[in-house]
Amino acid sequence: MQLTGAQVLLKCLEKEAVKTVFGFPGGAVIDIYDELPNFSIEHILVRHEQGAIHAADGYARATGEVGVCLVTSGPGATNAVTGIATAYMDSIPVVIFTGQVPTPLIGNDAFQEVDIVGITRPCTKHNYLVKDVRDLARVVKQAFYLARSGRPGPVLVDLPKDVLQATCTFEYPRNVRMRSYNPNMRPHAGQTRKVARLLQEAERPLIYSGGGVLSARAHRELTWLARRLSIPVTSTLMGLGAFPGDDELWLGMLGMHGTYAANMAVNNCDLLLAIGARFDDRVTGKVNTFAPKATIVHVDIDPTSIQKNVAVHVPLVADCKSALSALKEELEPGLDVPAWQEKHETWVKQVRSWAEEHPLTYAPSENGRIKPQFVVEKIYEITKGEAIIATEVGQNQMWAAQFYRFRTPNSFLSSGGLGTMGYGFPAAMGAQKAFPEKLVINIAGDGSIQMCIQEMATVVCNNLPVKIVILNNGYLGMVRQWQELFYKKNYCQTCMDAQPDFVRLAEAYGAEGYRITETKDVEPVLREAFASDKPAIVDVRVEKEENVYPMVPAGASLTEMLLV
Amino acid sequence: MKHTLSVTVENEPGVLSRVAGLFSGRGFNIESLNVGPTLEPGVSRMTITTEGDEQIIEQIVKQLRKLVTVIKVRDLTELKAVSREMVLVKVNAEEGKRAEILRITDIFRCKVVDVSLDEMTIECTGDAGKLEAIIDLLTRFGIKELARTGATALKRAKQ
Ligand SMILES: Cc1ncc(C[n+]2csc(CCOP(=O)(O)OP(=O)(O)O)c2C)c(N)n1
Ligand SMILES: [Mg+2]
Repeated sequence: MQLTGAQVLLKCLEKEAVKTVFGFPGGAVIDIYDELPNFSIEHILVRHEQGAIHAADGYARATGEVGVCLVTSGPGATNAVTGIATAYMDSIPVVIFTGQVPTPLIGNDAFQEVDIVGITRPCTKHNYLVKDVRDLARVVKQAFYLARSGRPGPVLVDLPKDVLQATCTFEYPRNVRMRSYNPNMRPHAGQTRKVARLLQEAERPLIYSGGGVLSARAHRELTWLARRLSIPVTSTLMGLGAFPGDDELWLGMLGMHGTYAANMAVNNCDLLLAIGARFDDRVTGKVNTFAPKATIVHVDIDPTSIQKNVAVHVPLVADCKSALSALKEELEPGLDVPAWQEKHETWVKQVRSWAEEHPLTYAPSENGRIKPQFVVEKIYEITKGEAIIATEVGQNQMWAAQFYRFRTPNSFLSSGGLGTMGYGFPAAMGAQKAFPEKLVINIAGDGSIQMCIQEMATVVCNNLPVKIVILNNGYLGMVRQWQELFYKKNYCQTCMDAQPDFVRLAEAYGAEGYRITETKDVEPVLREAFASDKPAIVDVRVEKEENVYPMVPAGASLTEMLLV
Repeated sequence: MKHTLSVTVENEPGVLSRVAGLFSGRGFNIESLNVGPTLEPGVSRMTITTEGDEQIIEQIVKQLRKLVTVIKVRDLTELKAVSREMVLVKVNAEEGKRAEILRITDIFRCKVVDVSLDEMTIECTGDAGKLEAIIDLLTRFGIKELARTGATALKRAKQ
């Protein structure tokens, strides 16, 4: 039987077990929309393509599956670019389908034509322009395979309108064979033994884990290693949730806004085991003073991450799950847990005492204004650490990372690499779609939330009861903090006190609106908002000039922390 | 240090801009780049010469390997390899100068590929050093135009 390109595409999505597509129609993709009702795929109509791609990304982060987004040519495609780059920087598996003008018109500056394959080449793992309907099924198969395998990432497929209308027989390829793409998953046996030996020899080992642990679903293996061998754990922003945030061995995040204990531990450890992390400049501070006393082991699926920023002594190229499982096999026979505990006792005590000396904390309010950190603490308490938290970017993001103690993987959705304001709310929407029963909270800033606020209409009409908690400081707070500390308080263009009435805005969209202005109301009002089955905005008026601490100024060594 | 990389790629539209974009986007420099088909259908070979310290070259090689359309990357610098470039030089060749130009051409085993009353076009193949030398020698006659390929290279057969 002959199928049109549009039908082939939707069949492929069914074969890939795609349940939800986030999208927005237009002339170049009408053929797909025309067929959509005949297939089992649910479509969430967003209000802006940036919302679609972030929602697909949030869906992917929360489920670990590939998120899917569908947009039209030209402006539809360019509107999605920020979200594609966001997913690329954080290695999130998403597949983006873009409409394109008919092949005979490509290159003619046709109406709504852009070279989206050219535009997204540097911010996708790979991308395709499909020129023949007979290639379509194979390309879609490859796109999903590429997105989820190896180091995951976004893959874009550009679909000219005539290809969607042309017909062919449908056959979905069973497997993918690409001679030019064979990610190395298994760790080298010799290197693995070397790492095991280093662990045995080390006196002050530290695990520094990252997003790679989550994308490989290796949180159990990580937890096994840390607990059995009694090794303290710190992680990047992207790695939060892989190791329980209420564990004795947990030090909190490291880096620019990392904890005192984590940064001191990096500075003093004699073995640093980096797992699925990439030594980003926000993590290392000044590179040549990073982990000065340590032998560095680097486990990563992507060889380009190794030796990129920091010279490592023992690289181990593999996906984190295989690598950690191999280490476990190496270490488990005859493992003497009390002996390991004893071996690391002094070190663990040292690390704990750093944590006690300078815990994550904040000064109590002097003027009765609500402390933003307190709000996050309350959200943690009320949800018992079981909510999915999506953040925006800025101070709100850092306070969420610091004061919500993430205990489970895939529960923290945040734009780490690109730092995209406007990410959190649509990402929360995507996560809520995947988990209708879960409480999904967007911890937001008053600036960021206005970047994708239009998705209020989407959550309302799709019954996605996302809770937006705005830590409203009336500022682009993180930029203001830099201006305060490094630019002589020249608060140029960071005061955003002209804002909408967020309560009435929520109501105008048909959601619930709450405002909190006093500390005593924080808990009861949050409880009320979280208990409701409707989407809600909670506008919390917080201390305006609160800063995020600790802080390592950009380019300084990790030990040069500004503390509370 | 200068490195010569031999890169086999899927011969697909856009593959050149993927490679070129990688270099420009990550601030690596390309000294020369040469592309042509190989014996295997659908596979092209790019020969890239680039400059950088060890760490940068390691990054370049790994980043190239990471591109989905790149099949194989080999750094020929450390290996025994043959590398050739070609140059076409259009040089002033009035009466009285020709004999000497022809002698140089002979010594360098070059070919004269075009002649007119007062100019000659010479084709020379060799490694970069040899081309530099002949260009140097021809300069004093007055070089009118010059077109030079980048290097193309192959690993030597094992002895
Ligand atoms: C799209 C985008 N534009 C600009 C920035 C730069 N930036 C980083 S944090 C920040 C302030 C965010 O303000 P707000 O959302 O109110 O969060 P706060 O820091 O006050 O919690 C800005 C402008 C960014 N990260 N993303
Ligand atoms: Mg703000």
